[in-house]
Amino acid sequence: MTKDLVIIGGGPAGLAAAVAARKAGVQDLLILERDNRLGGILNQCIHNGFGLHTFKEELTGPEYAERFIRQAAELQIPYKLSTMVVDLRAEGPDRVVTAMSRKDGIYEIRAKSVVLAMGCRERSRGALNIPGYRPAGIYTAGTAQRYVNIEGRMPGRSVVILGSGDIGLIMARRMTLEGAKVQCVAELQPYSGGLKRNIAQCLNDFDIPLLLSHTVVDIKGKERVESVTIAEVDEHLKPIPGTETEYPCDTLLLSCGLLPENELSGKLGVPLSPITGGPLVNESFETGVSGVFACGNVLHVHDLVDYVSEEASAAGEQAAKYLTELSETSQNAGQDASAEKALRLRGQNGVRYTVPATIRPDHMADTQVIRFRVGANFRDATIRVSAGDQVLLSRKKNVLAPGEMEQLVLKKADLEQLPAGSEIVFEIAQ
Amino acid sequence: MTEVKEFTCIRCPLGCNVRATLEDGKITEITGNTCPRGADYVTKELTDPRRIVTSLVKVSGGELPVVSVKTAADIPKGDMQRCVQELKAVEVKAPVRIGDVVLANVCGSGVDVVATSNVAAV
Repeated sequence: MTKDLVIIGGGPAGLAAAVAARKAGVQDLLILERDNRLGGILNQCIHNGFGLHTFKEELTGPEYAERFIRQAAELQIPYKLSTMVVDLRAEGPDRVVTAMSRKDGIYEIRAKSVVLAMGCRERSRGALNIPGYRPAGIYTAGTAQRYVNIEGRMPGRSVVILGSGDIGLIMARRMTLEGAKVQCVAELQPYSGGLKRNIAQCLNDFDIPLLLSHTVVDIKGKERVESVTIAEVDEHLKPIPGTETEYPCDTLLLSCGLLPENELSGKLGVPLSPITGGPLVNESFETGVSGVFACGNVLHVHDLVDYVSEEASAAGEQAAKYLTELSETSQNAGQDASAEKALRLRGQNGVRYTVPATIRPDHMADTQVIRFRVGANFRDATIRVSAGDQVLLSRKKNVLAPGEMEQLVLKKADLEQLPAGSEIVFEIAQ
Repeated sequence: MTEVKEFTCIRCPLGCNVRATLEDGKITEITGNTCPRGADYVTKELTDPRRIVTSLVKVSGGELPVVSVKTAADIPKGDMQRCVQELKAVEVKAPVRIGDVVLANVCGSGVDVVATSNVAAV
């Protein structure tokens, strides 16, 4: 099978990329989705708060997904469900996708371009190195969310949550409303990893304590969790002896961060950022492998799906543009010689990373949105963007928090006049 | 008596830190909000706090055993738990479409509970 464009993942990123690519004229495209329906993780995010930017109204996750699924249906975008992509490799100009499903078996698709939209995965207990027994009753918050919201089953009655990521906060409220007792949320860092509004409406509304600078130091119970011991940590994040409290419970939920799921990108040889775990992309969301684009949580973990849709639409349009250029020049467009001349973006002094990582001013639109996250809480701080001695942009912010994605807009006019290969530094100046 | 209360606005993901000054229980000043919704939220929070509630109801004859639902508008905050309890007694028949009313006038609030996802019949 050959395709002009294969989109790996049928969640919010894949759907928005497909819709945008189709609207930009791509006829021969295909979405591959491993679940048995489109929509991705939104299907289990039954809470409200989605879509305020995109649709100017507050929707639940399934409703937000449905808007895009409907658009994809209207545009007659083909997709395959229950299909797992197991390999991705480059063969000359072809990007070879190996996929499998019960229905179709294992097969290859030779694609001219690919959009990576595989999303992210939760950090598991194994990745966290939590000491103690290994009984039943320990779930990532997203797994518990799937049990409760898709299958209608409660994973436990008495709950402790480690990590204050948004899914953990949302599940604290969800399980409380369903009749469980959520005793506390412990967060290793001195600040929350989730949105402020979720602290307010998911914890404060239900008097669930948020224990900052606390972590789990022991899990007891042989068959099923019987108790979880939580201790305070010092400034080096090491537990302080004597501060332990044992909480009898039957369930421990983990909401300790999300990791972009880039096994396939790695197989293809796409260079990844050591900070985000996602591909390094240029202004067109193109990865280090030409014709391969990335968007959504596989690129970097977002706080709002609205931004995922926006970013994925841009990636879909860029994939369409790449295909047009490819047919016009009948050779590899995209990552040409101008890649070396690209401006390199870097975060420092509190700015952890930027997306994109490089910008080719001759390929960019009049403006370019730069998204990034900060590494700590800041108050009354200024985000400064500079190239050498020249300050390109300076923006005051009342509050900056690691749980929230930030964005700035750079102008083509400002970037065009910079010497080729210049470094643009994003930093916090207090 | 002057009293200052702080709130995190939940009307959008910005999560503004909004401060209300009260004189003898009456709001005299609201600061820290970036848009009118922040002032509205705090005023409501002090007089009649409300929330949108999302949950599930059982489905018979569907491709999935449950369907996600929400209150079509916000209901009194104190009724959240009761709302979820009332929904436990509800069972709808597939097919269910987004927007279908699964329970009218929940907790006597005048607000309907509607489906937020589609469940096909099998």
